[in-house]
Amino acid sequence: MNKVVNDFSITVGTKNGSGSSTANNTILRSIFKMGIPVSGKNLFPSNIQGLPTWYTIRVNKDGFVARREVQEIVIAMNPDSFARDLASVAPGGAFFYADDIKQPMTRTDVAAYAMPVKELVRKDPNVPSDFRDLVGNMVYVGVLAQMIGIDLEKIQSALHFHFKGKQKPIDMNMNAVRAGAEWAQANLEKKDPFYLEPMNKTEGMIMTDGNTAAALGSIYGGVQFAAWYPITPATSLAEGLNDYLPQLRKREDGKHTYAVVQAEDELAAIGMTIGAGWSGLRSMTSTSGPGLSLMTEFAGLAYYTEVPIVVWDVQRVGPSTGLPTRTSQGDLSFTAYLGHGDTEQIILLPGDVYECFEFGWKAFDIAERMQSPVFVLSDLDMGMNQWMSKPFKYPDTPMDRGKILWEEDLEKIKNNWGRYLDTDGDGIPYRTVPGNKHPLSAYLLRGTGHDEHARYSEDAALWAKNMDRLKTKYDTAENFVPKPIIMKTPGAKIGIIGYGSTESAIEEARYQLEKEHGVKVDFMRVRAVPFTAEVDEFIRTHDQLFVVDMNRGGQMHKLLAVSHPESATKLIKVAFNDGLSATASWVRESVLMKTNGRPSSAKKAAAKKTIAKKAAPKKAVSKKAVKESAAKKATPKKKGAK
Amino acid sequence: MTEALPMAGIAPAQVNLAGLAKNDYRGAPSTLCQGCGHNSISNQIVSALYEMDTRPEDVVKFSGIGCSSKSPTYFLNRSFGFNGLHGRMPSVATGALFANAKLKGIGISGDGDTASIGMGQFKHVVRRNLNMVYIVENNGVYGLTKGQFSATSEKGLALKKQGTNPYMPVDICMEAIASNATFVARSFAGDPKQVKELLKAALAHRGIAVLDIISPCVTFNNQSNAFHSYTWGKDHEEPLHDITYIAPRSEIMLEEEMKEGEVREVALHDGSTIILKNLDKDYNPTNRWDALRILEEAQKNDWLVTGLIYIEPDKPALTDIYNLVDTPLNRLTEADLRPDPASLDKINGLMF
Ligand SMILES: Cc1ncc(C[n+]2csc(CCOP(=O)(O)OP(=O)(O)O)c2C)c(N)n1
Ligand code: SF4
Ligand SMILES: [Mg+2]
Repeated sequence: MNKVVNDFSITVGTKNGSGSSTANNTILRSIFKMGIPVSGKNLFPSNIQGLPTWYTIRVNKDGFVARREVQEIVIAMNPDSFARDLASVAPGGAFFYADDIKQPMTRTDVAAYAMPVKELVRKDPNVPSDFRDLVGNMVYVGVLAQMIGIDLEKIQSALHFHFKGKQKPIDMNMNAVRAGAEWAQANLEKKDPFYLEPMNKTEGMIMTDGNTAAALGSIYGGVQFAAWYPITPATSLAEGLNDYLPQLRKREDGKHTYAVVQAEDELAAIGMTIGAGWSGLRSMTSTSGPGLSLMTEFAGLAYYTEVPIVVWDVQRVGPSTGLPTRTSQGDLSFTAYLGHGDTEQIILLPGDVYECFEFGWKAFDIAERMQSPVFVLSDLDMGMNQWMSKPFKYPDTPMDRGKILWEEDLEKIKNNWGRYLDTDGDGIPYRTVPGNKHPLSAYLLRGTGHDEHARYSEDAALWAKNMDRLKTKYDTAENFVPKPIIMKTPGAKIGIIGYGSTESAIEEARYQLEKEHGVKVDFMRVRAVPFTAEVDEFIRTHDQLFVVDMNRGGQMHKLLAVSHPESATKLIKVAFNDGLSATASWVRESVLMKTNGRPSSAKKAAAKKTIAKKAAPKKAVSKKAVKESAAKKATPKKKGAK
Repeated sequence: MTEALPMAGIAPAQVNLAGLAKNDYRGAPSTLCQGCGHNSISNQIVSALYEMDTRPEDVVKFSGIGCSSKSPTYFLNRSFGFNGLHGRMPSVATGALFANAKLKGIGISGDGDTASIGMGQFKHVVRRNLNMVYIVENNGVYGLTKGQFSATSEKGLALKKQGTNPYMPVDICMEAIASNATFVARSFAGDPKQVKELLKAALAHRGIAVLDIISPCVTFNNQSNAFHSYTWGKDHEEPLHDITYIAPRSEIMLEEEMKEGEVREVALHDGSTIILKNLDKDYNPTNRWDALRILEEAQKNDWLVTGLIYIEPDKPALTDIYNLVDTPLNRLTEADLRPDPASLDKINGLMF
C-alpha cells in the first residue's frame, strides 16, 4: 500500500450540541502546528442540540484548502448519521466509529476501526458523569492521532490555547486523548494509507476566522460605534468587537472611546449606525441576508443623504430564512442597488480572513472619504470557519477622515460652503457634524429633495443635478476602493473572474487545469464594486472569461455584463449554490466543459467518483450525462444526505 | 463666531443670557396648513429654548416622516437636524447622540410616526432612556397622507374614505410608562403656556422625556366629536380631501390658562369639544402606579389628562451608562482610536 502523506480530508460526524467543536478544533490546530497546510469547515444545522453536524478538515501539502467532495477519513460518533457517514468514505479510506453504535458494517472497501469511546471515558474517575459525552470526543482525537500521526505535544498546546491555559479542563481532555491513543496503539492494526508528517509550511502563519478578523480590522480602523442584531453567521463579528474592544482600546482613566449597542432589530441597528455616522463617528453594523433586507430603506437614505457607515453582510443562503447555517454569495445583486430609486452602493469583497482584517479598517476610510455607506460582503464559510492566514498587517496608511470641517476649517471656506456643494469637482462635498459650534455649520439632513445647501427642494433641475453629482461621486469611488488581484499565467488567453471565498477553489482549479490538462488560465479576483480600470482591462484583454459565482443567478456575471456591454458575450456564467462552499473540481470541470465541451477525460476515475455518480450511477459515463451534471456542479455524494 | 445669520422674522430687540435674540432660535417659515397645531408647538420650542438660554448649537433635532416631522425645519435654524425615515427617528437619534453626550436631542414625531409604524423604536428608545425630548404631535390622524386613521384615532371615529375606526386607541403616555419612561407629560397645542412649561421641564430632564401633545389637524381629522381635532366645517364636508384650497384658520387657543385640577371643555371650530383635565394639585408624579391609575381613569371619562404625569429624575441616561470619555467621541482622533502596532503583534501571536 502506497503511503498517502499530508493530502486527504477528514470528516467527523457528531450531534449538534455534543461539544465536538473543541475536539475538532484541537485536531485542526494540532495539524496546523505540525506545519501542514490545513483548513476546517463546520457544516452545522440550524439547531441547538440534537441534529447531525459535520466537521471537515482538509490537509494539503500544496496549500490548497478549499472544500473537496471526497473524504478519505470519516469518524462517526452519531448513530443518526452513521449509515450516511459510512457511505461517504472514499473507497480505500478509513472509517472510525464509536463502538456503542450497533449498526451494520456494510462496506468492505474501507478500513473500519471501532473505538470503545464510552468505556475509555468511564474508566477515568476524574471525569464527572455529565462531562463524559464531551470528553468522549477527545477519545477519537487520541485514536486518530495515534493512527495518522498527530503529535500529542501539539494536541497539548492546542488544548492549552483552547482553554486559555486553565489546567483542569486541559488535563481532563488530555487524559482522554492519551487514553484513546494508548488504546489504539495497543489494539489497532493500521489498515489504511493515510499519514501526517511534519512540514514547515505554516510557520509564521496565524489561524482564525473571518468574523474575528473583521472585528479586529474594524477596531484598528478606529470603530467608535457599532449597533447590531443577532443573526447567524454574523453574530460572532459583533461579539468579536465586544471581546476585543475592552482590551485594545483600554485607557488609563477606564473610560470608553466607543459604544456597542445591541439594537431591537436590524432597522434600528442601521438607524443607529447612520445616526452615529452622520454625527462623525466611525460607525458600523453587521448582519446577514434577512437583516440586510430590513436595512434597505435606510441604506437608500444613507446613500442619498451621504452618510458614511460600514455594513458587514456575512452572507448565508436565501431567499427568506433559506439555509441559515450554509454559505452563499447570494446578496451581491441586492446590495449593489440596495435602496429604492437610483441607488448604487459601494461594495468591498474580501477574499480571505487577511482581507477581512484589512477591509475592516479600510472600509471606514472609504466610507468617510466617499461620505457613503460601504458594504463589505463576506460569507459564512469565510466568516465562521477557521482559515490559515498571513499575520494581520498593521494599517499602512493613516486614517482618512475625509472632507470633514470643524470650526476653524469652516471659518476658512465659509463663503463657499454648502453641505452638498461640489467645490472640488469629484462629487464629494464637505460635511460638518453635530457639536460643531460654528454658527454656519448646522444643516438639517433630509431624505427629501434638497439643494446644495441642504434646503428642501422639489425643483426638477436641482434634483437631476444632484443625482448627477452622486453619480460622479460613485465614479470617484473607483479611485479609493481596492483594485482586483490579478494572477497571470504566461500564454493564457482565457481567464477566470471570481470574488470572495471562492478564491481557494479557483486557485486549486487553475493549478489542476494547467498541470493536468494543459489549460492555461489567468485569474482576476474582483475586490470591489464599482469596478476599477484594472477590471475593465482584464476583461478587454481576454478571449473568454469564466465568472465564478456562489449563487444561482450568476450575480457577478450580471454586474460585469451590464457594466461591460461590449464584452458581455465573452463572459461565461459559472454559478451554483447549494449552501456548500465551492470546490476546485466544480470550477475545473465547468471551465473544461465550456472551453471544449467535455469534462476532464484524463480524470475518469475522479470524474466518476465526484461527478457522474448522481447522473449515471451504473452506466459508463456518457458525455452528455457528465455535461449535465457538471454544469449543475458535481454534487458530492454526501450532499444529498445533508 | 456668533455673527448674526439672516433669519426669518423681524430683528430682535432683546437678547438672552446666551447673548442670542429670539430670532436666533427660529427656523424657516412653516409650510404646514395655517392653524395646524404643529405650528404652535414649534413656536413654543423656540420660546422655551430662548428663555432657557440654551445655545442652539447644543441641541440636535430629529424627526421621522409626517407633517409633524417636517416641523424641525421651522425652528432652530442654527441646530443640526436629521429628518429621517417614517417611524425610525428614535434609532437615528440614539446613534447620533453618542457622538457628543452633552448635546440635547429634540425629537419630533407624529402619532402615526410613533404609535403605528414606529411603535417598536418608540418603546425601545424610551426603555434605553436616551437624553432627548420626544414630542409626539398627536392629531389622531395621518396628516401628510391625507387623512387615514392612526393608532391614536379613537374608536368610532369616522373619516372620509376610511369608514369608521373599529379599534381602541393607543395611549402614548401609557405606552411610555409601561416602557419605563423617566418623564411623561401630556399637553394641548392650544395651551401654549402649559406646552412651554412642560417643554422646559422636559429639556431640563436628563433622559427621555415623552411629551404627548394633542395637536389638532385642521384639514383631516374633522369628525365633529373627535378627540384630537376640529372639522373643516359642515359646509365644507365634500372637498375635504382635495387640498387644492385650504381656508385660512386661526389656531385654537385657550382663553384662560387651566388651573390645577380643572376639567374644561374646549370648543373646536366646528362646535365639537374635547375635554381636558388638568392634573390635581396634590398629584404626585413620581409614583408610577398613580400615573397609570389616572390615565386609566381619564380614559373611562373620555378626558385627556394634561400636565406632568410621571417623572423619575435620577436614572442614568443612555450615554451615561457607557462610561464614555469626556471629550465628545466625534472629536477623538487617530491617536485615541487606533491601537498601537505592538498590540497587533500580540494579537497575531494569540491567533494560534
Ligand atoms: C415607509 C413609509 N411608509 C409610508 C409612508 C407614507 N407616510 C408619510 S407620512 C405618513 C403618516 C404620518 O402620520 P403622522 O405621523 O401622524 O404625522 P402627521 O402628518 O399626522 O403629523 C405616512 C403613512 C412613508 N413616508 N414611509
Ligand atoms: S394636514 Fe393636518 S397635520 Fe398636516 S399640516 Fe395640515 S393641519 Fe397640520
Ligand atoms: Mg398624525
